Amino acid sequence: MMRLPPFRFLAPDTVEGALRVKREAGSAAMYVAGGTDLFPNMKRRHQTPRTVISVRRLRELREIREDGGWLTIGAGEILNDVAAHPRVRAAWPAFAHAVESISTPILRNMGTLGGNVLLDTRCTYYNQNLDWRRAVDYCLKRDGTVCWVAPASPRCWAVQSADTAPVLAAIGAEVTLLAPNGGAPAARRIPAADLYRDDGIDYLAKHPDELLSSVHLPPPDGSRAVYLKLRRRGAFDFPVLGVAAWGRFAPDGTVADARIVLGGVGSHPIPVPAAARLIGTRLEPDVAADVAEAARRPSRPLDNTDFTLSWRKEMVKPYVERALRQLADSASSSRP
Amino acid sequence: VVGRPLPKVDAHAKVTGQTLFADDLFLPRMLHAKVLRSTRPHARIVSLDVSAARAVPGVEAVITGRDLPIRFGILPVSQDEEALCIDKVRFVGDGVAAVAAVSEEIAEEALERIRVEYAPLRGVGSIEAALGDPLGSRHASPFDAGAPHEPIHDYGDGVGLSAPGAPAADGPPVAGNGGEGAGAGDVGARGDGHPPHLDIHKLVALEFGDVDAGFAEADRVREDLLFYGGSTHLPMEQHAALAHATPDGKLTLWTSTQTPHYVHRALAKVLEMPASRIRVVATPNGGGFGGKSDPFAHEMIVSKLSLLTGRPVKICLTREEVFYCHRGRHPVLMWVRTGYKKDGAITAMHFRSWVDGGAYGSYGVASTYYTGALQTVTYRVPRYRFEGVRVFTNKPPCGPKRGHGTPQPRFALEVHLDRIAEELGLDPAEMRLAQLQPPHSLTANWLRIGSMGLGECIRRVVEASGWKEKFRKLPYGRGIGLACSSYLTGAGLPIYWNDMPHSGAVVKLDRGGGVTVFCGSIDIGQGSDSVLAYVVAEVLGVDWRDVRVVTADTDLTPIDLGSYSSRVTLMTGHAAAQAAERARDVVARSASRKLEVPAGRLVFADGRVFDAEDPERALVFDEAVRLAEAESGTIACAGSYAPPRAPGRYRGAGVGPSPAYSYTAAVVEVEVDPETGVVRVPKAWIAHDLGKAINPLLAIGQVEGSVYMGLGEALMEEMDYRESRNVVHRHPSLLEYKSPTTLEMCDVETFLVEDPDPNGPFGAKECGQGPLLPIPPAVANAVYDAVGVRVDEVPISPPRVLRALRSGTRRSGPEHAPRVPWPEPIRVPTPWEGGDGRAAGEERGSRGARAAGAVRAAVATPPAIENVPGAER
Repeated sequence: MMRLPPFRFLAPDTVEGALRVKREAGSAAMYVAGGTDLFPNMKRRHQTPRTVISVRRLRELREIREDGGWLTIGAGEILNDVAAHPRVRAAWPAFAHAVESISTPILRNMGTLGGNVLLDTRCTYYNQNLDWRRAVDYCLKRDGTVCWVAPASPRCWAVQSADTAPVLAAIGAEVTLLAPNGGAPAARRIPAADLYRDDGIDYLAKHPDELLSSVHLPPPDGSRAVYLKLRRRGAFDFPVLGVAAWGRFAPDGTVADARIVLGGVGSHPIPVPAAARLIGTRLEPDVAADVAEAARRPSRPLDNTDFTLSWRKEMVKPYVERALRQLADSASSSRP
Repeated sequence: VVGRPLPKVDAHAKVTGQTLFADDLFLPRMLHAKVLRSTRPHARIVSLDVSAARAVPGVEAVITGRDLPIRFGILPVSQDEEALCIDKVRFVGDGVAAVAAVSEEIAEEALERIRVEYAPLRGVGSIEAALGDPLGSRHASPFDAGAPHEPIHDYGDGVGLSAPGAPAADGPPVAGNGGEGAGAGDVGARGDGHPPHLDIHKLVALEFGDVDAGFAEADRVREDLLFYGGSTHLPMEQHAALAHATPDGKLTLWTSTQTPHYVHRALAKVLEMPASRIRVVATPNGGGFGGKSDPFAHEMIVSKLSLLTGRPVKICLTREEVFYCHRGRHPVLMWVRTGYKKDGAITAMHFRSWVDGGAYGSYGVASTYYTGALQTVTYRVPRYRFEGVRVFTNKPPCGPKRGHGTPQPRFALEVHLDRIAEELGLDPAEMRLAQLQPPHSLTANWLRIGSMGLGECIRRVVEASGWKEKFRKLPYGRGIGLACSSYLTGAGLPIYWNDMPHSGAVVKLDRGGGVTVFCGSIDIGQGSDSVLAYVVAEVLGVDWRDVRVVTADTDLTPIDLGSYSSRVTLMTGHAAAQAAERARDVVARSASRKLEVPAGRLVFADGRVFDAEDPERALVFDEAVRLAEAESGTIACAGSYAPPRAPGRYRGAGVGPSPAYSYTAAVVEVEVDPETGVVRVPKAWIAHDLGKAINPLLAIGQVEGSVYMGLGEALMEEMDYRESRNVVHRHPSLLEYKSPTTLEMCDVETFLVEDPDPNGPFGAKECGQGPLLPIPPAVANAVYDAVGVRVDEVPISPPRVLRALRSGTRRSGPEHAPRVPWPEPIRVPTPWEGGDGRAAGEERGSRGARAAGAVRAAVATPPAIENVPGAER
């Protein structure tokens, strides 16, 4: 990697101040929290903000509290604290598991929940040094005109790689975004699933000036979730497939509602429509196999992560099956 | 001292962060260098304008290839590298220009101002493409389509081969997973008109004994085609170098190199300076593994920049640049054909290697020979033919990585033997035990074997792993595999031909009782400094902590050729022991007079010099030193070592000989997920015959480190390129180049087998490289045991395992090998055919032939194979 390019570093004390300086600095400014994604990206010249606004001093972003049955987690909470928090672990062990599967313990001491939720999409044509990208005449996501993953396609196919995203979408979590608004910031709360867009470049439905302040986990109310992560090694690696499965169970043990969301196999967390077929079942093996087979269809792995794309596509089925098996086990173990 | 599990002499410095690596060095007024690298895999440089870079404030010098026009390379036959490319670039990452500036940031900014115009040439990304094979043409690149072909280099054994009348290509049979060859496919030149022999660097063909007769004697013949992917060393420390040219006309280079002597020679050549004015200091290497064994362009560049500016100039390569330096494991396609008897006895072997060299020669000629050299040292191979070809491709150059050229053929051979055992219904361990090459013998290719503990190694891992209870008996998805190997304890010949010692040491005794040993060897983490201290302490009977080690400084220390080919413990060990013995003799002379004891009865131990028959008659060591210094003057004694002459005298006999061979056997247990193809390795048992452990703790560390690296190659590590995208490296980063973490590392149970070799100091042989070799084939054999499929390619990745599981042939691996115009082999009669080590038809009676005759008398049992009449093929 190259050295960091020169930039101005601001560390406001208040949310209002952060929003104001961001609006003043415009598109040449970016927020940074832990910096574990942005700074390496800046060294590779993916992002070259002239102003970097740290949100680490914003107290409002550092909290974990109950809020009408929901669990609100400040976006500035570091990942290890989130994963270790007793309430998080009790309410949504699958979410805690997703958080503690991110990167390495050392990076989880720096990286924040908000940073992972908003993680830049990744691609082996994009996450390369400047010289390397020059050798392929750059790519659509930065400085170029062609998406080398699919040269005939008009869009960018960089991969959604945050472990938290599919889980948040599956369990029906919400996020709060703050926007500059003269005095007190304007807050909007939207479903986490709506935060993401199916485009490698324009991957967030968040205005660049908006600040992600918190993530809200719903009350479990008898529902369960599972997250399975496929990657080459047991640490460091981003997911090449993430499977988040969520189910609400009726008192008789049948599935009242269910969602499956895939990570790492497209530019956004991909919902699996076939999950609806689980409703009314007890996640019997043949039902799980049928849904798992159908889950392959919406996945769009391409040749831009570790492993071959055909193998990743094939892995959707066994991983969804395994996720549903674990979901069934966790549901039955929790019943008297 | 010797044989005890002592700490390393540099342990405290390492764990407290006190060790100064090259990038830790700072000098006043120091400049920082950066290199502009090619963004094209193969192109002519049309124009290069550095004027804007020169104008950047803070830039002190900018150089291009024309400032350093003299070519260099590690081997005298491959002087094909330029410090910066002059007329053309040969891979993405090749250096084009360099800047020295007051900061790294300014140097980077200046690089951005340099304008290079390239005229693209067709890039070659694979062995198939280099040999004009149709399989090579599927990678049409949108970047160079229509660009002209041109050989990557203007030298090599391919030159002239494309002319009419050149030898006809002879395609090897297509290999299935059965034993039958299907004959040569009809393989013509590829459609895009790449002349088929343009990029052949080296062609080798050797035949020892009548191989056809050997096949005729066989009960059965089996062929296999396998591929071993390329991998890189991945040292934690990136290469760094600091050059300082001083007004007295001298130049000092501190550099993280495994071979300061060869860097010294290359610098003198490229800079056109007398070697006497250049001092090379090798800094402690934060990992080498062979990746810091070449003289590198960045070493020339900082030296030149310092000479131009008169200021110290440092460079620390980025991680991407370390991937571009590479010199790692060659990707090798291999075909092996073996004739064997019903009891597993080999009657003949024919081995072919297709070696992907990357853009430059590096050690490649030696690497190519190494892919055929050591097949003969583990089991009896009475007749043997080897053919090898190395091609140039537009990728970072390959070279020596831990095991240099031998892990690939070892993988092929041990997987091949596993199949032969299965065909014969024999236990693979028993079959190997019955065919061991005898100790103190010669091989068909004239390698002289000394001690040979492979049998004991096999027995140890078989017993410890519960082999008999597990092999072919574990439940589906779990499996166990065995493989064996051997490696050199130091190359028998230096890189450049000379009759001088390979290693020298000076031992200086201080009046205060301190001992200093000076030696040119460089510690790359393997513990060579410690071995020097232990050996000298053992001979002089002093506390090893009183021995100071000064190493790897061409001004201060006697020569050592470098930390490569597992040569250091044996060669510097001998040199240091000899120097220490000579110093001991000086002290003993005076002590003998003082104590009135014959010198031969004096014992040096526990910091004392005493009479063996009356231990109370003694001097403390420093007192004895003072006495001796008063009588004999300053005590500084030199020792040196050169390996014994090898018996082989044919062209190519220089690669393979060694003073001693280490032996290893490994058993690996795996768990294979049949739904995903993911292979997990819970445990490995490994036994290594290292002659004698100078320090068992360090030896076990070397064995475990080898298992780790072998596991990475077996399961995931691969230098992978996008051939259709300008042959860029897929992932030149520590994150995406997948190397195992502690979570993937298996439990290792290590057994050190000590079968002392007469050629080793205290009987010691190597242990830093050999233990890597059996791991990849043991994993492959275990995968077969687990799920019944053969993955004939490394790394054994989940997609490949799954492909094999889904395939009708129950196999994943190469299907086809490109045609090569193999030359007529050099025919060398074997020792048991009355050969003298020379090729047939060459003159007898020379010095070498007489030496060979003397050795032949020592051959224990030529492996005679009885012809069984009527045996079916």
